Amino acid sequence: MEITGANAMGTNPSTNINKSLYEIRWHGRGGQGAITAAKIVAQAAFLEGYRGVTAAPSFGAERRGAPVSASTRISQEPVMVMSQVENPDVVVVLDQTLLKRDGVTSGLSTGGWLIVNSGVDPKELGVEGRFNIATADATRVCQELGLIVSGLIVVNTAILGAFIRATKAVSMPSVEKAIKGRFPKEAVEINLAAIARTYEMTKLEELRK
Amino acid sequence: MIDKKSGSNSDIQILDGNRAAAIGAKLSRVQVIAAYPITPQTPVTEALSEFVERGELDAQYIAVESEHSALAVCTSASIAGARAFTATSSHGLAYMHEMLHWAAGTRLPLVLACVNRAIGAPWNVLNDQQDSISQRDTGWIQIYARNNQEILDSVIQAYKIAETVYVPVMICYDGYILSHTEMPVAIPLQQDVDRFLPQYRPHTILDSSNPKNYNLVTLANPRINAEGVLCHGYMELRYLLQEALQNSRETIRKVGQEFGELFGRSYTDLLWKEKMEDADIVIVAMGSLAMEAIVASKMLREEGYKTGVLGLRLFRPFPKADVLKALSKSRLVVIFDKNISYGSEGAVCSEIKAALYGSQVNAAIRNFIVGLGGRDVTAREMADAVKKSIASLTEGVPNKGYPEWICHI
Repeated sequence: MEITGANAMGTNPSTNINKSLYEIRWHGRGGQGAITAAKIVAQAAFLEGYRGVTAAPSFGAERRGAPVSASTRISQEPVMVMSQVENPDVVVVLDQTLLKRDGVTSGLSTGGWLIVNSGVDPKELGVEGRFNIATADATRVCQELGLIVSGLIVVNTAILGAFIRATKAVSMPSVEKAIKGRFPKEAVEINLAAIARTYEMTKLEELRK
Repeated sequence: MIDKKSGSNSDIQILDGNRAAAIGAKLSRVQVIAAYPITPQTPVTEALSEFVERGELDAQYIAVESEHSALAVCTSASIAGARAFTATSSHGLAYMHEMLHWAAGTRLPLVLACVNRAIGAPWNVLNDQQDSISQRDTGWIQIYARNNQEILDSVIQAYKIAETVYVPVMICYDGYILSHTEMPVAIPLQQDVDRFLPQYRPHTILDSSNPKNYNLVTLANPRINAEGVLCHGYMELRYLLQEALQNSRETIRKVGQEFGELFGRSYTDLLWKEKMEDADIVIVAMGSLAMEAIVASKMLREEGYKTGVLGLRLFRPFPKADVLKALSKSRLVVIFDKNISYGSEGAVCSEIKAALYGSQVNAAIRNFIVGLGGRDVTAREMADAVKKSIASLTEGVPNKGYPEWICHI
């Protein structure tokens, strides 16, 4: 399902992106919905008037439970860069255990955001770098709301609450619109509730300037 | 969106390349689809079968057991007077090889979407352009898209081109990099596409009430048939196919111009040019790499180099005169190929050299083989390769015998 962003074209985006190219890398496990999250944010940014958006999965075969990644690029101009994201402004991690793997925070921009689905405080994550950290227990939110598909806790929408809260790269109404355009009617409410709840509980640890 | 330039309405959606190709085929009102799923082309077949199933597209979706059969079905459907479409990748295209010759030799206006993927051995499902380049000499027109908008627009234009010159057209686009990456795509209205692309009127129809025989054994020399008419020999038919491809450039240009007038996105030029006006160093690339090259060129411009980008939209027929004209001011041409003609060089490089031979352009040429089997190609790497090429000019070698590779050996 795609959404139409025709009405948003030509308006000035009002969000917090002041770079010519804003790059997000998503890390999750197959089945958690990292790719869908990448697409929702691209759609939301397009609805806000960004003419250049792309959303891509990590290329190749994907398997349930195996580490996967995805990327979103946002720009005022059509995106020309087709290669893999090297220096993301934001890294979103849907499964905290992935932090132990090499490359998850690699290239993360100084002053960027690391956003982790985790019940612990940002300081207790044990990750250090010249970036800001946000955590939110999206898994718990999904369990409480029953956002479970075929036995899998699908945290991709919930973590968007933390993404919006930390980065302000896209606004809540645009994400809502993107979700309404993509999801079947009966699934919209629970996903929006998950986003709202995660937004509220997000803990932020900003880099000292 | 109301496009101010053309007044045409369109709806902008965020689509991946495979969906853009499927929508292009749907808007072209294809009547027969036969395809066999293969990574990364599979979503094209899924989308088209859904369109047919839901009644959104009045077409026959014919399930087949192989790519060879898929193209055999399309070929037969086309002889019977239908507008037919297929899509494939890599080994699937290789398996179609025989039928690619049959389709072009029979002068059937088929359109095939080739989602570019590496070929085994060893197994690899990721992107390069070895698959379509390997089919270079089958008599098909080959168009390469840089982004998903160009995929959709090119499929629609391909039918008009094919049905004018009676040569089948292959629309090639990079697997994963475009096929699985979503980006905004303006979708034209059906009524506008109908105005642009009228119903297919076949030049020949196989009809059981009027039996005919096609593709008889044709001997070396012209021969008088049973009705006393002198018919072409095999060689004359080959000459006519070559002539059709040579002359198709004007049709491709005209169709691209008409498309631009209706939809506001012009394809009049057979090449994509970026900052070529004052460029003395030119980067040449085909497909999505021609977009990344623009980023590389921008980096080089910031460092003071006068670089430009020549993106090849058309590989067959090769637009020799256009390329020669575009490169007339260059002193260095750096060509990036996502394919290799083993024992020689990249296929695009050979074409560029051939186009420049005997002309006034005396540019040095460097060729880099990149991105095979999905190896990432960054703008920075391309810019570094250009700088390395500039430094090598002091050696005084205008034309190196073999390409350089951007890899770890």
